[in-house]
Amino acid sequence: MQIIFATMSRLFFVLMIGVSLFMLFRGHNEPGGGFIGGLIAALGFALLAMARGVETARRALVVHPVALMGSGLLLAFVSGLPGLLSDRSFLTHWWTEIGSTHLGTATTFDIGVYCVVVGGVLCLVFRLYEGIEQ
Amino acid sequence: MSGSETFLGGAVTVALGLLCLSFLVTVYRVVRGPTLPDRIVALDMLVAVALGFIAVIGIRTGITLYIDVAIALGLVGFLATVAFARFVLSRGSYREKNAAEGETAPSNPEVKL
Repeated sequence: MQIIFATMSRLFFVLMIGVSLFMLFRGHNEPGGGFIGGLIAALGFALLAMARGVETARRALVVHPVALMGSGLLLAFVSGLPGLLSDRSFLTHWWTEIGSTHLGTATTFDIGVYCVVVGGVLCLVFRLYEGIEQ
Repeated sequence: MSGSETFLGGAVTVALGLLCLSFLVTVYRVVRGPTLPDRIVALDMLVAVALGFIAVIGIRTGITLYIDVAIALGLVGFLATVAFARFVLSRGSYREKNAAEGETAPSNPEVKL
């Protein structure tokens, strides 16, 4: 009954994770960023959960959503600490330039936001789908 | 303005008009549509029409960022339809179960969500 959907969901899952990572890293200079990227990644996992069961999606995520959320918060907090050393102000980011690429601790903050959003949304979505499956 | 630009402007105007027309027709189907599946397909169609609007407006304003918006919407737009389809599936099995148990579900043809 759901063969086509289950097969395509694998393809779309990879595609959505790719787009979410693209959104995460382009958020630097252009529209995008951790929040939008996290939402798209969470929707990819939600699609997988809908097509092939919540258990499959939980295994694909590897860690528990709440653990992901907590580690993301910790990462976002830690990314603000270097500013305390240099400027004595929290969340003032450090920047370096490698060639034409600007790098900074702001990217770490964005990755933290990404993890928080993925974990938070999936926490909700998995419980919702488990309720439907029963 | 060269000939090709004039043609492009005309084509964009015609496309916007056609999209408006299809939008209205689809909204009519959402409001009227006798059954729930009709409305779900119409909502999916609304996403497609919105994608068309975004693309045409992207051409008109020359802001290529609109294409990224359209890509993101196209990636996630079908999810609502899939969720609704799951809902319709589970509701159908619920009705069959009730019919097997001999219970008559409160069926009011006028009120179908």
